[in-house]
Amino acid sequence: MPIYALCDMNSFYVSAELLFRPDLVDKPCIVLSNNDGCAVARNAPAKALGIKMGAPRFEIEEIIQDHGVITFSSNYTLYADISNRVMTTLERLAPSVFIYSIDEAFLDLSGMENLGSLASYGRSVVDTVKREVGIPCCLGISTTKTLAKLANQGAKKYPKTGGVVDLTDPQRQRRLMAITDVGDVWGVGRRIGKRLKALGISTALDLADANPAWIRKHFSVVLERTVRELNGIACIPFDDNPPHKKQIFVSRSFGQRITQLSDMRQAISSYMTKAAENLRNEGMNAGMVTVFLRTNVFNQNQPQYSNNVSRTLMHPSSDTRVLVTVANELLSSIWKRGYAFMKAGVMLSDFYEQSISQQGLFDVAPIDSRSTQLMATLDKINRQKKGQVVFARDGVSQSWQMKRENLSPCYTTRWSDLPKVR
Amino acid sequence: MTVTLLGSVDVDALSKTAVPFYSESVPCGFPSPAAGYEDTRLDLNELCIPRPSSTYMVRCDGDSMNGIGIFAGDILVVDRSIKAKHGDTVVAAVDGAFTVKTLALKPKVQLLPQNRRYAPIEIKEGSDLQLFGVVTHLVRAMQR
Repeated sequence: MPIYALCDMNSFYVSAELLFRPDLVDKPCIVLSNNDGCAVARNAPAKALGIKMGAPRFEIEEIIQDHGVITFSSNYTLYADISNRVMTTLERLAPSVFIYSIDEAFLDLSGMENLGSLASYGRSVVDTVKREVGIPCCLGISTTKTLAKLANQGAKKYPKTGGVVDLTDPQRQRRLMAITDVGDVWGVGRRIGKRLKALGISTALDLADANPAWIRKHFSVVLERTVRELNGIACIPFDDNPPHKKQIFVSRSFGQRITQLSDMRQAISSYMTKAAENLRNEGMNAGMVTVFLRTNVFNQNQPQYSNNVSRTLMHPSSDTRVLVTVANELLSSIWKRGYAFMKAGVMLSDFYEQSISQQGLFDVAPIDSRSTQLMATLDKINRQKKGQVVFARDGVSQSWQMKRENLSPCYTTRWSDLPKVR
Repeated sequence: MTVTLLGSVDVDALSKTAVPFYSESVPCGFPSPAAGYEDTRLDLNELCIPRPSSTYMVRCDGDSMNGIGIFAGDILVVDRSIKAKHGDTVVAAVDGAFTVKTLALKPKVQLLPQNRRYAPIEIKEGSDLQLFGVVTHLVRAMQR
C-alpha cells in the first residue's frame, strides 16, 4: 500500500516576506498579484479581516486603509529561492519528493509506516522546515494523493492537529470526508461541485460513496478516478508529471497603457526572451509562435481592439534571436495605431525534443551549432545575474513594465539587498 | 629584448588549472610519500555554506559587536539549522528588528553586546526568544 504525504506551505508568499520582516509578524499582510491587481496570499490576521483569495485590490482598498493592512507586490525572485530551500530540505527528509507547485510537494513515504508513527514523522518534517528555512507548512498523510490533499486541508483548517494529519485509517478518512464540502475535494472545483450538489452529492463522503461507473457516465473519467482515490485506491501515480509542458505562455498587463509600436516591440521581445529561456530549460524547440494583444475590455469608452496571430516555423527553434524576430514580424502584422493596449503576450507551442530536431531537405543554411552554444552561454550569464545580457530590442527604460509599488528587497539573491542586522 | 609568440592562450583551460592546491604542508627535507597529490580548487561555499538551504546572509549595520571584531558592513553567514548554544553569536529578532549578539543561556537567557556602550538584552521568562539563526562565518572585504 502506498503512503503519500502532501506538504503545503502556509500562506507561502506572505510567509516568505515575513521571514525578513519580524516587525510585521502579527500584522495583517497580503501579497498582490502582477500589477498589484489582486490579493494572492494572505496571512491569518488578513484572512480574519475578511480579505478573500483573489480579491481585486479596489474591492479591498477600504479594508486595507482602515486596518493598515500591509501590502507586498509579488517578489517571485524571493519566493522561488525560498521555495527551492523548502524543497531541498524535504528531499533530504523523505525518500522521494514530487514538486507539485511553488508551495506544494508530494512525499512518497511508502514503507515508512513500519518504522514508527507517521504522525510523529510528519511533525518532525514540519518542525525541520520551520526551523531550518523559516517557513511554516502543513502535512497531510494518506494512501492516495487525493486523500493526502484532503488530510492536508484538515491539517490547515484545524489548529489542534498541529499542522499534521495522518489519514491512513479508513475510519478517520470517512469522518473527515463527512465534514468536507465536495467542492473542496482535489480535482473537483467549484463548477463541478455545483453540479454534484444539485444531484445530492454535497460532501466528500457522498462522492466517495457514489457509483464510479455512474460518475464516469455523467461527468468524466477524471472524476471517476477521484472517486476511486477517495476510496483509497491510488490511481494518480506519484510522479504524474505531464511529460512535457504543452505550451509556454508569457503575458502581463502593462503598468501603463501602450500606444506606441516601439514600446510594444520592447514588451513582446522581452516576453519572448523569457519564453525562449523557459523553452531551453525544458530542452525543447517550438514549432509554433503566437503573439496576442488587447485593449482594456472593461473600458467601453475607448476604442476596442484585440487580436492574435500564430505562425508555424519551418524549423522548430529555441534560439532567442529567431523567436524574437518571428514575434516582431507577427506583431507588425496585427499592430494597429490609435489604441491604448492593456495586455500583450507570447506563446510557444508545438514542442519537439531539441535532440531530435531535423534538418529540412531543402535547407540552405545548416543548423547553426554556434547558435546552441550562444544561447547556452547567454543563459549561463543570465543565471548568475538576471538580465545581465539582454537583447537591445527588450529596451532599457521599459516604461511599460508592470506596476510593483511595494516590492520587497531580494533578500536572498542580491548582495545589495541583504537583510540588515544591528 | 625579443619575444617569441608561442600562440594564443586557452583561457578556459588556464582557469581550470590556475590554482592547484596541495593538501599537505610542504616540509623541507624528507618528502612525504603522499606529497604532490593534487586536489580540486577550493570552493569557499564548501567551507562557509555546507547547508545552503538553511543558510542566509545578512549585513551588519551597527557597532554593538565591535569587541569581537564584527563591524558595520560585514556580511554574516547565518545557519538556521544549528542549535544555538551558550556563547554562540546569534541573529535574533528583538522588538521587530534583527540584531546580532552573543547568546548567554546561563545564569539567565540574555543577548550580550560586545561593546561597553550597549546594555545586555534580557529575555524575560515566559517570553520567546526569536532566534533567526547562528552566525557561522564573517565575510569582509579588507579593501573597500
